[in-house]
Amino acid sequence: MATTRRDFLHHTGRLLVLTASAAGAWEALVAGRPETAETYRTAAHWWGMAIDIGKCIGCGNCVRACKEENDVPREPLYFRTWVERYHVAPDDLEHPIVDSPDGGYDGFPEKYKANDGSKNFFVPKLCSHCTASPCVQVCPVGATFDSPDGVVLVDKTYCLGCRYCVQACPYGCRFIDPRTRTVDKCSLCYHRITKGLTTACCETCPTGARQLGDLKNPTDPIHAFLRDHQVHVLKPQMATHPKVYYNGLDGSVR
Amino acid sequence: MSRFLKNKEHLGRMAGLFALGITAFFVARHLLVPPQFGLFGHYRPGALADNMASPVQYAGRVVCEDCHADVVEARKGGKHARIGCEACHGPLAAHAASPGDVVPKRPGGRESCLHCHLFNVARPKTFPQVRVPEHSDAGPCLACHKAHAPVISSLTQ
Amino acid sequence: MEAVLQGVQGFMYPNEVELQWSLLIVLYPYITGLVAGAFILASLERVFNVQAVKPTYRLALLTALAFLIVAPLPLQLHLGHPERSLEMYLTPHTVSAMAMFGFVYLWYLMVVLVLEIWLDYRKDIVLMWREARGWRRLLYGAFALWSDNISEEALRVDDRVGKFLTVIGIPSAFLLHGYVGFIFGSVKANPWWSTPLMPIVFLFSAMVSGIALVMLVYMAAAWARDRTIDMDCVDTIARYLMYAFIIDFSLEMLDLIHRIYEADESFKTLDFMVRTRLYTSQVLLQIVFGTVLPIALLAVTQLVKLGRAARTRLYVASGLLTLIGIFAMRWNVVIGGQLFSKSFLGYTTYKLDFATREGLLPAAGLMVLPFAILWVLVKLLPPWRSDRARPA
Repeated sequence: MATTRRDFLHHTGRLLVLTASAAGAWEALVAGRPETAETYRTAAHWWGMAIDIGKCIGCGNCVRACKEENDVPREPLYFRTWVERYHVAPDDLEHPIVDSPDGGYDGFPEKYKANDGSKNFFVPKLCSHCTASPCVQVCPVGATFDSPDGVVLVDKTYCLGCRYCVQACPYGCRFIDPRTRTVDKCSLCYHRITKGLTTACCETCPTGARQLGDLKNPTDPIHAFLRDHQVHVLKPQMATHPKVYYNGLDGSVR
Repeated sequence: MSRFLKNKEHLGRMAGLFALGITAFFVARHLLVPPQFGLFGHYRPGALADNMASPVQYAGRVVCEDCHADVVEARKGGKHARIGCEACHGPLAAHAASPGDVVPKRPGGRESCLHCHLFNVARPKTFPQVRVPEHSDAGPCLACHKAHAPVISSLTQ
Repeated sequence: MEAVLQGVQGFMYPNEVELQWSLLIVLYPYITGLVAGAFILASLERVFNVQAVKPTYRLALLTALAFLIVAPLPLQLHLGHPERSLEMYLTPHTVSAMAMFGFVYLWYLMVVLVLEIWLDYRKDIVLMWREARGWRRLLYGAFALWSDNISEEALRVDDRVGKFLTVIGIPSAFLLHGYVGFIFGSVKANPWWSTPLMPIVFLFSAMVSGIALVMLVYMAAAWARDRTIDMDCVDTIARYLMYAFIIDFSLEMLDLIHRIYEADESFKTLDFMVRTRLYTSQVLLQIVFGTVLPIALLAVTQLVKLGRAARTRLYVASGLLTLIGIFAMRWNVVIGGQLFSKSFLGYTTYKLDFATREGLLPAAGLMVLPFAILWVLVKLLPPWRSDRARPA
């Protein structure tokens, strides 16, 4: 059967259009969005954080930087991240003395004597961006959610302020912003990490105790961190599958 | 049929009222639910973009190093080489965006140094810490130490 | 704010220092509990044919309705954005107990309570419609859905449907308040709340409070209308109150004994909290004066032969103590669950304000409001035989 020019153009045209759309759809699929893919592809990342207790000096840079970067209320009742100081008496692992003056915003005034046989250290805390987060589970409307790249985020225009998620978080990392009357918490500086920057807390940490990690990136140092250290998460018995990993987390840490 | 409905007409009216309510609910749902809600999960997909859109306050060291290559040189090999610039100099994205208009303050006094280096029992033993009266009495830190390369070379011979 | 921080003993995570759920969230399960309990009492007559409590049937339903209407109000006052609360119906997160509760509430209000009241009252509504003038005529017409049919057959249909509704109403009432218990009981992060017993404890304490409420309202109404109290009726109600209370008390003791025996990681901190910050509300108000004493008083009326007056006084006393005790129970669950740190290393205090949005004043108002609504309902839909319009 002879192919007319018309037929040829018709079939080729259709083929081209289909291929183009398929290519576009594939791009979009890989990027994780059905609309036009941007430079940042959510599906290419899986965010977490590595914290090295042995390096934290309790300077409070992270607390200050976070409040500055994310416009967190300055009062000592609202923290996206904070630092705790542990004082563990020589033979009482179960009853550490813990303090966090203003979350560590102005550092820690000296309270303890050196060489008294106790164990003292700092523990930075933040949202663990759990893979099975109870806060997302209990939100009645979908105002807090897991992003496709593993960050637990808040939709401030949708949140009712019912505070159920604050109750459900085992780590105490959520709070109600008194100005917006919605919930707020560490967003892993989503506005920064999606632009190739690191989080404000990691940026200003002078010792590298806090390091942002992309678990989907095979060259990310977090893989070596997890492999070469004795790594813990907070409250593993809660089965929330946190993605904030601690090296050197003492048994007394709550 | 009419025999079945006899004496049940009031129930029919109540059922109609319920049907009306349910219809109104679905209409409201259609009108009020944010567009594409549920696309990636049980949330409004626009919230991802909202979270990405917050203003950036800390530029990040890479941006600083672009212009301040001299400082990069000064810090090379020193103890403070790996610290982000803004850890001491504060948020500087505004300065990076328009350097002439926003001039950052140089961190002066001892507080900026003591934030990290004042002796504290809870700090790691290997971390350089000082007890002020013993170390330098009332003297400013910068009298002996250069902030970008703090180790006093004359002492390491 | 310094005051809040000064109220901290030991260590609390910084975000935990201020309580999230206030007195309003104590009120909410209290009110829904009263609804469920009042309804169970009403269904005793309808489904289980306990004839003695018939005088309270309609009153119990109206009480349940009055309180159910008020139930969402403390929640609305508490929300950061009450104007967004419709989102719970538009985009409910189906794995969230709170979201699904919105539908349980709506189901119970519309299908169970409103329909049942409508069907039971329909004949009287139509009769009142025929006799009324002015705005009342419009109102009763609307209530009747402008259907005039109160023939024997139609009323028989109503009765059958009504009975069916009561039958599905009983598990619905269980669901209504059991669900509230589940909202707390399913929070694994909080060991004071997280127990499978929570929905059951909530349910039985709801039944106790609802039964006590209807008993008191009935006696108060009889006193206000200068009528004699049907002692057979209140005797039976009091008996059911005692049975429910014994079950409720056993469940709570089971929870307590279980905690003491297992002594898991949360035990020490919870034990300390109960002995100190929660002592008055838990040990004294809830257990001693709010449970043991009313059960004892009720037991006295069952074991000792007493005259009308003595029995009435004991019923009033135990009824009031019950209402206080169950309120204390809700307080201890909600507030108690937030007084200790999830680090198990410290405690905070609850600062109750007076005239703020979540303060004592609006809470008191919200407790008075259902009685005001009940008064209106009783005026519009009189529960008592002699007050009803004569059949045409």
